[in-house]
Amino acid sequence: MSVAALDTDIAVTRGSRGSKIALSVGIAVVVALIFAPAVAGDSATNNLTQFFILLIMAVGWNLAAGYGGMVSIGHQAFIGFASYAVLDLAIHGVLAWYAVPMAIVLSGLISVPVSFLAFRLRGGYFAIGTWVIAQVFQLVISQQSNLGGGAGASLNDLNNLNPINRDNITYWFALGLTVSALAVTGFLLRSRVGMALVAVRDEEHSAAATGVNVARTKRLVFVLSAAICGGAGALLCISNLEVQPNSAFSVQYSAFMIFMVLVGGIGSFEGPIIGAIVFFILQQSLASYGAWYLVILGAFAIAITLWLPRGIWGAVDPRHRRSIVPLRHRVHFDQ
Amino acid sequence: MIWTNAVIQGLLLGGLYAIFACGLSLMFGVMRLVNLAHGDLGVLAAYFSIILVEHLGGNPLWTFAAVIPVAAILGYFLQRFLLDHALNGGELSPILVTFGLSIIIENLLQQTFGANDQSLNIGALSYQSWKLASDIYVGRLNVIIFFIAVLVIVGLQLFLSKTAAGRALRATADNRRAAALSGIDPKRTRALATAIALATVAVGGLFLAMRTSFAPTSGSADLLFAFEAVIIGGLGNLWGTLVGGLVLGIAQTVGSQINPADGILIGDLVFLAVLAFRPQGLIASRNVAIR
Amino acid sequence: MALLHLDGVTAYYGHLQALHELSLQVDAGEILAVIGANGAGKSTMLSLISGELRPREGRVYLNDVDITRIAPHQRVRRGIALVPEGRHLFGTLTVEDNLLCGTASKRPGTWNLDAVYELFPLVKARRKHRAAVLSGGEQQAVAIGRALMSNPSLLLLDEVSLGLAPVVIKDLYEALRRIAAEGTTLLLVEQNITEALRVANYAICLLEGRVVLEGEPASLSQPAISDAYFGNKATSGSGAKPKGAS
Repeated sequence: MSVAALDTDIAVTRGSRGSKIALSVGIAVVVALIFAPAVAGDSATNNLTQFFILLIMAVGWNLAAGYGGMVSIGHQAFIGFASYAVLDLAIHGVLAWYAVPMAIVLSGLISVPVSFLAFRLRGGYFAIGTWVIAQVFQLVISQQSNLGGGAGASLNDLNNLNPINRDNITYWFALGLTVSALAVTGFLLRSRVGMALVAVRDEEHSAAATGVNVARTKRLVFVLSAAICGGAGALLCISNLEVQPNSAFSVQYSAFMIFMVLVGGIGSFEGPIIGAIVFFILQQSLASYGAWYLVILGAFAIAITLWLPRGIWGAVDPRHRRSIVPLRHRVHFDQ
Repeated sequence: MIWTNAVIQGLLLGGLYAIFACGLSLMFGVMRLVNLAHGDLGVLAAYFSIILVEHLGGNPLWTFAAVIPVAAILGYFLQRFLLDHALNGGELSPILVTFGLSIIIENLLQQTFGANDQSLNIGALSYQSWKLASDIYVGRLNVIIFFIAVLVIVGLQLFLSKTAAGRALRATADNRRAAALSGIDPKRTRALATAIALATVAVGGLFLAMRTSFAPTSGSADLLFAFEAVIIGGLGNLWGTLVGGLVLGIAQTVGSQINPADGILIGDLVFLAVLAFRPQGLIASRNVAIR
Repeated sequence: MALLHLDGVTAYYGHLQALHELSLQVDAGEILAVIGANGAGKSTMLSLISGELRPREGRVYLNDVDITRIAPHQRVRRGIALVPEGRHLFGTLTVEDNLLCGTASKRPGTWNLDAVYELFPLVKARRKHRAAVLSGGEQQAVAIGRALMSNPSLLLLDEVSLGLAPVVIKDLYEALRRIAAEGTTLLLVEQNITEALRVANYAICLLEGRVVLEGEPASLSQPAISDAYFGNKATSGSGAKPKGAS
């Protein structure tokens, strides 16, 4: 190959026309959703809030598992922790709305020591280890009588608000946190950390050899995913207006997160969104079947892992060419 | 005296945990697969025993003879038809598949048997005890469980070290590629590991059901205990698993003695302490080929 | 009479083509040396014979039976044993257990523990030790012994002299001669050309997945070998007698 061939102009772009259109559509949808409470009834608004909570969980878990390669079955620790953080802050006089961002930060902080313990383990043992840690969270908090002990407690902070207003503000919080979680994820993945992440996920030793601090990168991702799940937990507290240890720390949340991310497409930006939609619809339509819907969930999880491991989005876009958040670099040669 | 009593009770409980743990440890050793449905399969065995007693009567103790072979066969097919495929899918696949399996089993059991606690009534044996000292009584069943646990571990260790099939298991755990090149059938070896794992966890599940009560969701707790026992004891050797079980049992019973609600938590904290300060486990084995 | 026959095999590692329509024949009782630089395709070829890799095109025959689709552990049962590069012993097992693992295929024959210990007396002295603590040469002996325990008709050896001292290599090759004398067919892949050509009665040189030189070692001149090995343009197999017609 001659040197002369390199004299051509090379352009490197990140987006494409398709991704720009998708992003615009996404922004339009978000704007429309801001006005949803005005047109939808109260129960529809609450449903959307629940949906956003699920979506936030999915985004958070996908960050750790899909991009960080860390399959955790213990993220309910951060969901419950944040729920209780809001409760505890409310007891100490902090207004619930201010408590939400604080709870998110606290979730992120508590995940740091957790990560030092959990990272001693790998793979399947890491998964169970996070579950044990979640159990420790639950057991310790169940003992705190000022937080209601084993029976739980109610969030009375917001009782003097008009319920409709309360629900609407909760809704906007949920929408805001959802957009924030997606934005944080998007920006993270486009950054150098994001590239390091993909490198670690694809080939850890090689990544380390090129100077990527594997442990630190993974820890950052773990902390962010914990914070995002903490956001979901905080929202659960203010939307349910009560917290109870068994449900706040339920491993079922992990089951939900796993299902959503698997179905949607693990390790992709769009995956959690699709997965949350699918799961939400499934949950609503199978609600009357009791535990059967969980059996179906489990069967789905197995089937998808074995036959459609990259989920719906992976089937639609196997080479990550179309993305709302353009993560690839494209090299254009102008001849 | 109460502390001595707590320790002794803990030892006896620990034997049961060791039975639960050895199957989990074996499967991980041979194929790096952590079966998240491990505890649930033990609970499944207990429910199977309940059905057998319901239809055929008698003291549940006889059901060991039926449940163990069925469990082994189930393990063989579980490996051949599900877990082998899960192993082909990459690192995350076995975790997700076995977690899905766990959800299926727990909720199917709940739909079939209800969420309430059940237990296997073995009659007098469940409340008889021996007197060791002036304040120390040990339940006869608990002592029997402990001795069976030691027998299981010793038996398994002998199987691994003295038989050709056991050698095949150890070789596969050490170096999968070389095992196949030596003529060892990888599929059959993996299926054997799972068959043994299910057989032992069935024993554990039945004993647990006789000792206390159980419900569809007990499997999760059992999995966590088995896992903690494995990590506390140290990966890669069965004696470690036994020691790990005993330490966990003692931690829990001593913890309960301090505060009745704290038993499991103290066990968890001991586990975390081992993880923090001695992650290779109490009996660090030179025999861990791959961590 | 051909024991092993590779018929026009093409093999890939991912997108990289490692072998180009390679054809090869090994007769019973022969000692075949396969030499070539790194990346020439020697180990790939062994992987095709041992069953760890499937060819994209072409077939593998053992005693005129098509074994292309047969899994590695079943090929051991049929009489092919590979001593892999880097030995791949079971480090946590004792030497004796390592050897006993070789009997998994239950093939009858003259090679058993006593016979292997007689061939490698130093190994016998260490038989209760864990394999991981042995020296390189001892480990290589155990690896060969383990393969022998399956009483193979074809023994494949991948770079057995790698990382070993010349004295140890000499002893190993002495053992290989005795193994061949018992009737086992040997296929040696080596970068150490001297010893390989000394023991072999036929040699093949691979370059970029193709046979570029072959013949009885005595008839291969040093320059010819060197050219073939490094891929100089002057290769044409001078002095080589082509193998029996396929």
